[in-house]
Amino acid sequence: MTLLEQFQLLLKNANWPDWAVYLTPAIAGILLILVFVLTIIIVFIWWERRLLGRFQLRTGPNRCGPEGIFQPIATAIKILLKEDIVPDKADKLLHFVAPIIVFVPILMLFAVIPVGEGAILVDLNIGIIYIIAISSISVIGIFMASWASNNKYSLIAGMRAIAQMVSYELPVVLSIVGVALVAGSFSMLKIVEAQGIPYILQQPLGFIIFFLGALAEMNRSPFDLLEADSEIVAGYHIEYSGMKFAMFYLGEYGIVLAYAGIMATLFLGGWQGPLLPPIVWFLIKVVIIFSFIIWMRATLPRLRVDQLMSFAWKFLLPMAVINLVIIAVEVLVLPLSMQWLIIILNFGFAAALILLWSKLFTLGGGRVEV
Amino acid sequence: MPIKTEPFYLNIGPQHPSTHGVFRLRVALDGEVVVGVEPIIGYLHRGIEKLAETRTYTQTIPFTDRLDYLSSMTNNLAYCLAVEKLGGLKVPERAEYIRVIFSEIMRISSHMMAVGFFLNDLGAMMTPVLYMWREREKIMDMFEMVCGQRLLYNYMRIGGVSQNLPDDFMPAVKKFLAEMPKYIDEYDQLLAQNEILLARSKGVGILSKDTAIGIGASGPVLRASGVKWDIRKMDPYSIYERFDFEVPTGDTGDCYDRYWVRMLEIRQSVRILEQAIAQIPEKGAVCADVPQFFRPPRGEAYGYLEGPKGNIGFYIVSDGSIAPYRLHIYPPTLINITALSDMVIGWKVADLIIIFGSIDVVLGEIDR
Repeated sequence: MTLLEQFQLLLKNANWPDWAVYLTPAIAGILLILVFVLTIIIVFIWWERRLLGRFQLRTGPNRCGPEGIFQPIATAIKILLKEDIVPDKADKLLHFVAPIIVFVPILMLFAVIPVGEGAILVDLNIGIIYIIAISSISVIGIFMASWASNNKYSLIAGMRAIAQMVSYELPVVLSIVGVALVAGSFSMLKIVEAQGIPYILQQPLGFIIFFLGALAEMNRSPFDLLEADSEIVAGYHIEYSGMKFAMFYLGEYGIVLAYAGIMATLFLGGWQGPLLPPIVWFLIKVVIIFSFIIWMRATLPRLRVDQLMSFAWKFLLPMAVINLVIIAVEVLVLPLSMQWLIIILNFGFAAALILLWSKLFTLGGGRVEV
Repeated sequence: MPIKTEPFYLNIGPQHPSTHGVFRLRVALDGEVVVGVEPIIGYLHRGIEKLAETRTYTQTIPFTDRLDYLSSMTNNLAYCLAVEKLGGLKVPERAEYIRVIFSEIMRISSHMMAVGFFLNDLGAMMTPVLYMWREREKIMDMFEMVCGQRLLYNYMRIGGVSQNLPDDFMPAVKKFLAEMPKYIDEYDQLLAQNEILLARSKGVGILSKDTAIGIGASGPVLRASGVKWDIRKMDPYSIYERFDFEVPTGDTGDCYDRYWVRMLEIRQSVRILEQAIAQIPEKGAVCADVPQFFRPPRGEAYGYLEGPKGNIGFYIVSDGSIAPYRLHIYPPTLINITALSDMVIGWKVADLIIIFGSIDVVLGEIDR
């Protein structure tokens, strides 16, 4: 029973009217998620700046509060005080709606991410499918933003967005199916409970595919083609300022937090861990993933758009299919007691497949005759 | 019935993060593919050539700083070489060594900026630039020691250099030279075999040998195309014939070669510097005896040298007065970007940016 249901039961026993029994805990839960998510996003922004500074031989923000922790708040105030500019020939309605459509689904993702035993807003029995469905809504918002801005750079970004997000959805979904197969459930809570050994050990290839796919889904380097500042300046949010820009900005970090949470839940054993309270374990795992993403951002150059597509279709997708087949066969043939055999087998498969693929295929792409 | 389509025109610049200044490219796109490109220059035009006609010969030296502001020293030197050729001046031995030392340090600095910003154009989020800046900072400190400036040095003079080296310069440069090979190895470790860098730059934006020679390209851009041409070797100026170094060349003339040739040239510059530091005379004048209002005889002279970005030349016509009658600047990067449209047609927008970055342009020099 989740904490929310316990709360509902408590109110029911106190003879509250039916509508209040359902509404009060729901609203409380939503507010809690909002506060939780926004606080963590602010800490994330600070952490990214500090860590990126360290990677780049500089200090990073350190003036505003201890260790510069209040710098994101200063940034937020600055952004909110900016004039809200709407381009003359923009589609006013779409330009207004787009940031909301990008940001709201990201918040909705947190409804099914468990941060502790029963600490989940709704324990949907189709939690994973909900995540897949909701996370693909943002791309519509991004395309709306880029189209409505009436800017050529953002139009290029919008076209890239559609291609990138749709292509990377497939490997991400296929690698999640492997997890669901082994766990025997789509519910996020059940998946965490099924992980005696974190699935990252059992399905290393699945984790790598999910991680790379998720990087592309959340537009982080080296797949940050939507906002490639050296090519298309800021991409889809080039014409946004003020609160609308803040929505995109928060959304960017929100999606990273969401995907890091999903990764921690699906592959790293979620809230489970010795000694420390569950929420701390969850946050530790999320921060490790986030730091890894920052590390990649600080190190790697960007892929080109055609290379990005061939990476999805020639590398990730076939590997995800093969990974799924291997997992399915193992679930069918090998008994659960042979966990360690599965782990060794899968690491072997992962290494062999990655090696084979890197020999067989290149990213390709080249000059087009015009 | 075929659908009627038309190219998508995109203005890259004059204000754009990757144009290295105020450069404007009018690009015709078919989807993401570049089908036409038209460079529009002149946003930074300051009329340096005309200004020089109203200044004395010495007063023009600060203007040359502002041409290619990432390699001010070599600009100074090229101008001074032209004036010295015009006036038939002899430069003291110690001054020649100081000039070579600073030219080579300048080359290292300029190449590091070029490589760093090339990686930035590739999307590497400032990290390579900031690593390169760690070393460039030491170079800036050394420049500050001798002339008090960190960007626009105004250090070379007609017949020598403006000041003698301070006492703390030699230890600083020796320390720098001892550390530098280690740091170059570190850059290579970070970049040279990076899978994404290779995928993005190998075979991209090829400048063929014939085209490179045909347009009169020079510097690393020419050498990356496989032409072994370096004025320091072919037509040694100053005292370059005394030093032992190699001229690195590329094979194909793609973006990767242009990057790699620069890295190799940094190593060669370190080699030259080590020899120069060992050979420099302890004492001696650093500037020939040149009057303040220097009046070269009537005539004309062309002074040129191998700058970090290529062959930079100054053509001076003198009418015997204190100011040049006419000064013309031969800017290497303007010549090098004339091949831009040959290189970028058929590539994607992202490639256009890195090809432009790999040429290493500085707009101060193109617009003059």
